[in-house]
Amino acid sequence: MEKLNIKEFLDQDEKKDLLRLLTAGSVDDGKSTLIGRLLFDSKKLYEDQLDALERDTKRYGNAGDHIDYALLLDGLKAEREQGITIDVAYRYFSTNKRKFIIADTPGHEQYTRNMITGGSTANLAIILVDARSGVITQTRRHTYLVSLLGIKHVVLAVNKMDLVDYAQSVFDHIVKEYRHFAESLGIPDITCIPLSALQGDNVVTSSENMKWYTGKPLLEHLETVHIGSDKNFTDLRYPIQYVLRPDLHFRGFSSTVASGIIRQGDEVIALPSMKRSRVKSIVTYDGELELAFPPQAVTVTLEDEIDLSRGEMLVHPDNLPLISRHFEAMLVWMDEKRMDSEEAFFIKQTTNLTRVKIDKIRYKINVNTLEQSATEALELNEIGRVIFTTGKPLFFDPYAKNKNTGAFILIDPITNNTCAVGMIIDKVEMKDMQEFEIPEISLSKLGISPEHFEAIEQVVRELDRQGISIKLNQ
Amino acid sequence: MSTYKLSHLKELEAESIHIIREVVAEFENPVMLYSIGKDSSVMVRLAEKAFYPGKVPFPLMHIDSKWKFKEMIEFRDRYARENHWDLIVESNMKGFQEGVGPFTHGSKVHTDLMKTQALLQALDKYKFDAAFGGARRDEEKSRAKERIYSFRDKFHQWDPKNQRPELWNIYNARIHKGESIRVFPLSNWTELDIWQYIRMENIPIVPLYFAKERPIVEIDGNLIMPDDDRLPAQYRDKIRMRKVRFRTLGCWPLTGAVESEADTIEKIVEEMMTTTKSERTTRVIDFDQDASMEQKKREGYF
Repeated sequence: MEKLNIKEFLDQDEKKDLLRLLTAGSVDDGKSTLIGRLLFDSKKLYEDQLDALERDTKRYGNAGDHIDYALLLDGLKAEREQGITIDVAYRYFSTNKRKFIIADTPGHEQYTRNMITGGSTANLAIILVDARSGVITQTRRHTYLVSLLGIKHVVLAVNKMDLVDYAQSVFDHIVKEYRHFAESLGIPDITCIPLSALQGDNVVTSSENMKWYTGKPLLEHLETVHIGSDKNFTDLRYPIQYVLRPDLHFRGFSSTVASGIIRQGDEVIALPSMKRSRVKSIVTYDGELELAFPPQAVTVTLEDEIDLSRGEMLVHPDNLPLISRHFEAMLVWMDEKRMDSEEAFFIKQTTNLTRVKIDKIRYKINVNTLEQSATEALELNEIGRVIFTTGKPLFFDPYAKNKNTGAFILIDPITNNTCAVGMIIDKVEMKDMQEFEIPEISLSKLGISPEHFEAIEQVVRELDRQGISIKLNQ
Repeated sequence: MSTYKLSHLKELEAESIHIIREVVAEFENPVMLYSIGKDSSVMVRLAEKAFYPGKVPFPLMHIDSKWKFKEMIEFRDRYARENHWDLIVESNMKGFQEGVGPFTHGSKVHTDLMKTQALLQALDKYKFDAAFGGARRDEEKSRAKERIYSFRDKFHQWDPKNQRPELWNIYNARIHKGESIRVFPLSNWTELDIWQYIRMENIPIVPLYFAKERPIVEIDGNLIMPDDDRLPAQYRDKIRMRKVRFRTLGCWPLTGAVESEADTIEKIVEEMMTTTKSERTTRVIDFDQDASMEQKKREGYF
């Protein structure tokens, strides 16, 4: 290993990237042991990069043989004993190549809700199976949820290989069965690794016991898996988050680039006004940029004074998102309270907040068997394909194409709880569906004189921002 | 495609800026809690970045327990002045006048009255509906499971069993009147990330973080630096000069120093990677009772 002094170490370290990963599997699969070992052994390796490291020898015991790795993760265990349900705990570790954030979700119960919560930002999912039992119902369920979330990289960690005498035939059999299932769900990158978390085989270092396995050990795979092209750099979506007006001379539109590249000089079109302008500058605290890409948070100024507020969107004129009040989505119900399909929920999608009604539940899906069945309403942990109508048009893309513009949450208007989360499939033509009544106010009919129009428009805009749409006619 | 890649620090920075802007866009009256510590310093810089070239559109608030290190207060006032911050300082004046302190009342009572209650009084006084805090998930077990938007009821209490699901970068900002949220834009940062960012961005921090010869008295195994004349008499002749630094900053009787030679950020990082103690173990306060952090958080402490 190359030894570095602290300055070199930090200079190099500053540049590494970030991988967010989800771990799925139960305690019985050795998940805690695996995470414990990843955290612990990688830390040792990482620190060994430093020159002249005076190590406290007590710290690592004797070559790690007697350490109960699972104990290092006492957090979740302790909470179970206290009877506290927790859905996701985050853990952090680094190597000199990458920083990792693990979303660790415990237990069997509530699994759908937990995994969905932990996995929404994950680049990669590790699905654990016990080599003795192979692919079981739970494995299929986890894999389906991973595919639903659009996680593109899956590692099937076949654990406890030591208990099946490190036999290649066992591993090959599990891999064959798993690939057959997972590929049908459209997961593009599946890597299968035989390992023993307890013995350390193929976790951080290659196993001496499984010379037949020629792939990388788990940690090396996590360090090198290519995630750069997972993001959508094609379709510019710049949802306005905040209008920055520090003085009369500066009017900037602050946001996080949801997808695509925005460049200085680009012709852009504002949704929903369809007004055109050009990007004058991309401003940041650290200087102006030529271009910005996801997930950079920047401020854009335009050549022309066009009206643009939070919830609206800048896109390229030749590449529009779907613009509609009607769409269908896969919806995961997250609330203890059963769905009331008559309710007008709040929907938040990008920086937009509006009301939404459920038109129809096409079906719900059994996450264990993937069978579809009819239902009137979804309950906690149920997933269904649902058609919605929103109070105002949203700008979106199918989730499969664009996570940032295809994802949304539903908020219960009474409890304010986040009661469901969804992934948009596509817009639907809604000629024959029920229409949302948007109240209309005609200012001239009401005898309101024109000098008040601006003030009223302002109030209506503010209401719209809060999700209450009113159509205004002069 | 690989050119469109951010380093982990830049990605964390972007995530934090997104969160800070989102809160300002959706809440009426946000405030940023400023503890004068290194994490606060990073959070403040991120707020400046979020609204550049504009001014940060919310005040900073420091809850002064009246037992902070003098160097912290000097740093705070200078920094606020130089950077034109809108700074609010609030204390539990009743507690102060009654002489509440860790030596006379114990750390639990002191923390509750001078920190937790002072904070709650201040939040009620200004009717803030969102308060940014600099807590990180890697600091402590109970924080590892806390949301970025942490919902608080009318009594500012946190209910770990009843947290809202939080997915993607879509945050639920809807609250009823009187309720509020605490927001943790640094949730996904680790201690090392904080130090690297301070180094990369040249962010000023309180000099107490760097090793120096300081007057130290050992109390119950903790290295305490007496910072004013409220040190009880029995310890006064036990003060010795030792080369120490502080890994966290707080009330001086409750914040243990560590012996150290680290007088630069590089040396601090090097020391950090070779030492076993986690950051908060130098805070005396945590040893008060079992599961103390979770308890304090439920009661409204950060």
